[in-house]
Amino acid sequence: MKKLINSPERVIADALRGVEAADERVRVDHTNRVILRADPKAQGKVALVSGGGSGHEPLHGGYVGHGMLDAACVGEVFTSPTPDQILAATTEVDRGAGVLHIVKNYTGDVMNFEMGAELATDLGVDVRTVVIADDVAVEDSTYTAGRRGVAGTVVVEKVVGAAAEEGMGLGEAAALAQRVADSTRSMGMALTSCTVPAAGRPTFDLPEDEMEIGIGIHGEPGRHREPLTDAADVARQLVEPILADLDFADADTILLVNGMGATPLIELHILFGEVMALLEAAGVRVARRLVGNYATSLDMAGASVTLARADAEILRLFDAPVNTAGLRWGA
Amino acid sequence: MITTALVSAWIARFGEIIEDRADYLTKLDSPIGDADHGANMLRGMTAAVPAAENAPTIDAQLKAVGMAMLSKVGGTSGPLYGTLFLKAAMTLGQRAEVAPSEFAAALRTGADALAFRGKAEPGDKTMVDALAPAVAALESHVAEDFAAAAEAAHRAADEGRAATTDMVARKGRASYLGERSVGHTDPGATSATYLFQALAEVSR
Repeated sequence: MKKLINSPERVIADALRGVEAADERVRVDHTNRVILRADPKAQGKVALVSGGGSGHEPLHGGYVGHGMLDAACVGEVFTSPTPDQILAATTEVDRGAGVLHIVKNYTGDVMNFEMGAELATDLGVDVRTVVIADDVAVEDSTYTAGRRGVAGTVVVEKVVGAAAEEGMGLGEAAALAQRVADSTRSMGMALTSCTVPAAGRPTFDLPEDEMEIGIGIHGEPGRHREPLTDAADVARQLVEPILADLDFADADTILLVNGMGATPLIELHILFGEVMALLEAAGVRVARRLVGNYATSLDMAGASVTLARADAEILRLFDAPVNTAGLRWGA
Repeated sequence: MITTALVSAWIARFGEIIEDRADYLTKLDSPIGDADHGANMLRGMTAAVPAAENAPTIDAQLKAVGMAMLSKVGGTSGPLYGTLFLKAAMTLGQRAEVAPSEFAAALRTGADALAFRGKAEPGDKTMVDALAPAVAALESHVAEDFAAAAEAAHRAADEGRAATTDMVARKGRASYLGERSVGHTDPGATSATYLFQALAEVSR
């Protein structure tokens, strides 16, 4: 394993010190491992708390700031944060209008946020939860833990963050989050495995001439493995299951081509071009575009495509000012 | 009687086995999970062992272990082991000694709460596959002799653990693999087996 770290045990603590030093928009509660806004939201506004295992940066800590999240709970690498962290974040950011938890659909995340929400509710905080499950790669959700939450989470956090900033109430914000989540689909692939620092070796073996289609963001295997082809074919394999899963015709959409961490931007742009060509051919209107590393999987090489149906309200909120390390415009 | 000394020894031995087997647990977690079970359990037990030693009553010991697992482990194992120990603690009252049957009943309550939290049933290829038969064996033999009951619980856990190898995962991250999860032993069922291995060893 070759990594730019001090020791595997200190990865999170060291990274949080770096985040605090690098980003003036946030402050870090090192005891509870929570990234918070340096300049808290005004009283009476709904607060947004997300979080999850580390290794997906900028998700979620990089989206803390004006127009997006109020706090991100930072777990160990690929490991959900714990209920006491979630409780600390929730009580800290509550401005009397309640707190929305944005949770990616993984068994551990859902369970820990559930316990954190129970603890916060006991203390009188109004908590609502939306679970993001945008990954169409999971085909059989009856006999699994269900679809995973992946890069589509970024779109939900952006849109609902803007709404909360405008003063939308908790019930409405939760409903909006659910509506955006229900309108968003993602599909990913990997060229290589990733290496968890504490494990010291790649999570799985993927031969030089093969790729894994339908990957999640933790090095968990996908739908199937097959010989490596070209960007045009990969684009087709990512776009087709998305279009087969939800009707994207006659609507504006937000398109995100996301890197898994070790794929250079030049390759992501090649993929973006191929994806756009396929969407144009399928009659899908792309109204907003993002390309880059937004929800990563440590040092995995690979990419995912996220497509979100967006009505006028969602587009307006997507365009609203945001000032975070991971997304910044209009502010 | 089950004493605080026995509970301390049990948790300390569980911690030793976890330390010894952490790499193996992580190795089991790599093909069907996310390669962190050993590291996570080790982090939890490092906090749980001294916490159990310093608590004055059995319920306080189990609660301390539960809180350590809840706050240090994360992932799925944290809330699940946390729920197991916390719910078991709640049944006992503040005592330094409890009858073996009460101890077994407490573990039953904890195990049921864990299964409820995880929404898992036997056969789903989870820690429940080791835990449920172990607690059942402990309960059915506890009237005879606690050492023999703990031994039976360990055997039942180990058989349950071994049986997960041929199962298709239906819960947790391994469930995304479907049929491809067959052939891999569940890491959670494995660590749960160590819990009863430790209990059997310190009860001899």
